[in-house]
Amino acid sequence: MTIFALSSGKGKAGVGVIRVSGEATKNAISILTKSEKCPKPRVASLKWFYDPLTGGRLDHGLVIFFPGPNSFTGEDVAEFHIHGGYAVVSGFLEALSKIEHLRPAEAGEFTRRAFDNGKMDLTEAEGLADLINSETEGQRRQALRQMDGNLKELYEGWRHDLISAMAYLEADIDFADEEIPDDVTERIIPIVHDLYQDIQEHLDDGHRGERLRHGLQVVILGAPNAGKSTLLNYLSRRDVAIVSDIAGTTRDSLEVHLDISGFPVSIIDTAGIRESEDAIESEGIRRALSKAEQSDLRIIILDGANSSYLDHGMADHMGQNTMVMISKKDLGVIIDTEKLPRNIIGTWHVSVKNGDGISDFMASFEKEVGARMQLTDTPSLTRTRHRLHLQNALDHMGRFLAADHFELELLSEDLRMAAREIGKITGYVDVEDILEKIFTEFCIGK
Amino acid sequence: MISYDVIVIGGGHAGCEAAAASARIGANTLLITHKFETIGEMSCNPAIGGLGKGHLVREIDALDGVMGKVADASGIQFRMLNRRKGPAVRGPRCQSDRKLYRKNMQELLSDYENLSIKAAAVEDLLISDDDQNKVSGVLTGAGEKIYCKKVILTTGTFLRGVVHIGEERIPAGRKSIRSEDEPPSLGLSDTLEKFGFILERLKTGTPARLNGKTIDWEQCQTQPGDMPPTPFSFMNSEITVRQIDCHITHTNENTHEIIRENLHRSAMYSGQIEGTGPRYCPSIEDKVVRFADKTSHQIFLEPEGLDTDTVYPNGISTSLPVDVQEAYIRSIKGLENVEILQPGYAIEYDYVNPQELLATLETKKISGLYLAGQINGTTGYEEAAAQGLMAGINAARSADGKDIFLLDRADAYIGVMIDDLVTKGTKEPYRMFTSRAEYRLKLRSDNADQRLTRLGIDIGLVKAERRGHFERKMKMLKKYGSLMDDLSISPNEAAKFDLKINKDGVKRSAKTLLSYPTISFKQVMQIWPELADIPDDIVEQIEIDATYSGYLERQEADILAFRKDENLLLPNTLDYKAIGGLSNEVSEKLDEAKPATLGAASRISGVTPAALTALLRYVKRKDKKASAQ
Repeated sequence: MTIFALSSGKGKAGVGVIRVSGEATKNAISILTKSEKCPKPRVASLKWFYDPLTGGRLDHGLVIFFPGPNSFTGEDVAEFHIHGGYAVVSGFLEALSKIEHLRPAEAGEFTRRAFDNGKMDLTEAEGLADLINSETEGQRRQALRQMDGNLKELYEGWRHDLISAMAYLEADIDFADEEIPDDVTERIIPIVHDLYQDIQEHLDDGHRGERLRHGLQVVILGAPNAGKSTLLNYLSRRDVAIVSDIAGTTRDSLEVHLDISGFPVSIIDTAGIRESEDAIESEGIRRALSKAEQSDLRIIILDGANSSYLDHGMADHMGQNTMVMISKKDLGVIIDTEKLPRNIIGTWHVSVKNGDGISDFMASFEKEVGARMQLTDTPSLTRTRHRLHLQNALDHMGRFLAADHFELELLSEDLRMAAREIGKITGYVDVEDILEKIFTEFCIGK
Repeated sequence: MISYDVIVIGGGHAGCEAAAASARIGANTLLITHKFETIGEMSCNPAIGGLGKGHLVREIDALDGVMGKVADASGIQFRMLNRRKGPAVRGPRCQSDRKLYRKNMQELLSDYENLSIKAAAVEDLLISDDDQNKVSGVLTGAGEKIYCKKVILTTGTFLRGVVHIGEERIPAGRKSIRSEDEPPSLGLSDTLEKFGFILERLKTGTPARLNGKTIDWEQCQTQPGDMPPTPFSFMNSEITVRQIDCHITHTNENTHEIIRENLHRSAMYSGQIEGTGPRYCPSIEDKVVRFADKTSHQIFLEPEGLDTDTVYPNGISTSLPVDVQEAYIRSIKGLENVEILQPGYAIEYDYVNPQELLATLETKKISGLYLAGQINGTTGYEEAAAQGLMAGINAARSADGKDIFLLDRADAYIGVMIDDLVTKGTKEPYRMFTSRAEYRLKLRSDNADQRLTRLGIDIGLVKAERRGHFERKMKMLKKYGSLMDDLSISPNEAAKFDLKINKDGVKRSAKTLLSYPTISFKQVMQIWPELADIPDDIVEQIEIDATYSGYLERQEADILAFRKDENLLLPNTLDYKAIGGLSNEVSEKLDEAKPATLGAASRISGVTPAALTALLRYVKRKDKKASAQ
């Protein structure tokens, strides 16, 4: 396999260096640059890089090719120097993982390859270990943060289910003479089936879910027809929400992912906040408010020409993460800004329709986004790796579920491989875990 | 002055195999045991093999060991466990005639080239004059000094053994139905402690022995053996011992009630026993307490031999007092009037944390001293014998100045077991299960010879007779294997023989056809009648390999990656505390285990990729396979 990793330092950097090593390196360059011609060895070439699947442009940057064995690892190596922004680097890593025979490197793997190919001065190993240590420590902390709460519980649950399934299967194999219930193997299929579905749903949902986790969440909140959707369309420069003059057009939330000065931002356009008799609309409003509660940044739009909403509790949803935009500047502002809470970030008067005041608002908005994103880490391989391991686990479980035989040792092999993949995320599944489960569940003992 | 290359202390299953292996290699070997008559004694149940265990016996046999042959010559009921499951998880097992087993083992060893046997108690080890950490011989109870280059200690449950029956405590290494209790070994425990070995306590149990004449067999379920029985040894094609049936009965609620009422009198529940017992071999007290909702537990009534009435009731080991044992056993169907010949008991004994050992089973503290069997925290005759074999090989090779001989986790169950023991240690009696083997589809009992005999031949461990037998078999496998690769047929042609194959126009070889679960060898033979010449056992072997071929290929890639790390040796003198880049926790763990290879280091919990990178500086490359040839 050919491996890749971000090899430039941590924190927000101007340039991100991504290193690729292995047999498929040349092919990866050719796919990313859409060119059969391999760049001249050890010379930096300026290229456009493209997404392998969509063909869309990823970034403009440098590529340097180091043919093996005269490279750091002794294999063919490529270095991509791209813009260091979070979104660009993430996108590039994602793109690499879509290329055949490429996978994210494990911690220390570049070093290990260099060692295996006799490329490393052994006295370097200790120093490198420190480096990897800090790298993995950072990754571990990040992974822990990512695995806070629900996600961690989810992964642990999967591991647990898999151990149960394996325990039933192994009990049937290893304790043939014992009183293991006959239906043990039949019990396993629903467990694996459910597990398969859970992981698949997680992966399907993953792109959205993970971006949300990585990106800054911004919620646009406001009265119906105050101009929320128009703002969103302005920000994303394409028609995402249906914009009309009829109040209540956006009944549920709409979401757009944007790149705001290099940071991924999810902007959620919500249903207009008003008292409604319509059950569906009320639900939309409830969700909008709940989204606003969880968001990192809130843009509340008030219709400058209509003061009734400010009077009707809109101020209750404002706080220290709120930017208040007073729209329809062109129609004349009649609302009293003195009624707004003191702790909001500020107020901006705009007319989305003719663009008045928008650039002022955008400059402030970018500043607020930037301030909040500085706190988070640079992209790591963790996320890409999780997806890869989960996908591999699915492949093995898929073979288990599709099996037209009932050869326990083969079925168990499939589950064992799946467990190994999940174990790479949650911690190794030891045979002791399985034995412990067997001995608690079944009375073994001749 | 008498001097030996290798002295083996103990005549149990580890000791017998160790002595025989050492002698086969060509070392001048002495086996010392308390009594000649107890050589090959089965202290617990009269059975050999099982899942994982049967695999071990086949592997020992593939290296020309003695256990498989002796088991074949003493087995009175053979069953292939998991017969209806795939070949990778089939485990041969037999009930043995205890007396025959001893007799056959004693006869075999008393006429074994390079091997002498002496009946004596060993009280202490002799240490070399010029090296305080090197063994130089043994001191017997009679005060005799016997010198040697290497010592293999196989003391089983004898190290400070204490037998518990209810409130009663008897210092003993084993109780015997035929003779008085055998005394425990106390001096050797002191010796080991003197050298700084950490001794811990384990516990195991055994059920009462019953008089078969007083069992109402009509009330019990009959369990017949396989017909024809499958031998353990690759050298045997049939079993000539008379075969008999076993029987099964069950405990009932009344039995459980009696046990529950008397729990406080069980040595295990009164707190009298401190050692840890195995989870997979709970006493009947444990079963009743832990699985309270189970109203019945099965008991295998295993005859101890052809000409004895003693019956071993497998499944009800206990440490309850004699009167309670009598009461609960007689509450069982078929056992209402049974006579108890010897009560069941629990035994506690010392074991050495196996992390004290190198992968050769030589101790790290005392050079030339090897430990094998229950002393290393294992349970079972097969586990003991397998360790004995490896200790015997390595002691003999080392005495002759040759390098070490190891089997790894991808070679054999033997390798899995020893790696587990020396890298992770054990807190309960360690028993082999097939689930412990990562490469289970490769490590089968049917191909143990193909995996190991060549390695044995290369180090002079395998005698001429087996060598000839093995080489003939391999020649046939090769010949007919490539014949079946060469013969091929298109899907259209195959359809004429009623074989349904995807009509993709791709030709299939005879071997590929055989790998389809729906196609039998008989059907393949219809296409190519010349295949009828292939002997049955060769066909079976080719068929099994074909069945697993897809999985085996994938496993092969894993094995390659695994072996890469196994070939990177870590010196056992490495000072982990002085290596930069290791956390305290990791360096302590590594220091305790002193892993032999980078691969072994990676299997220790908590050892990170970063830690492994730090160790790269100290590794030495060694291609084991290359040096063995």
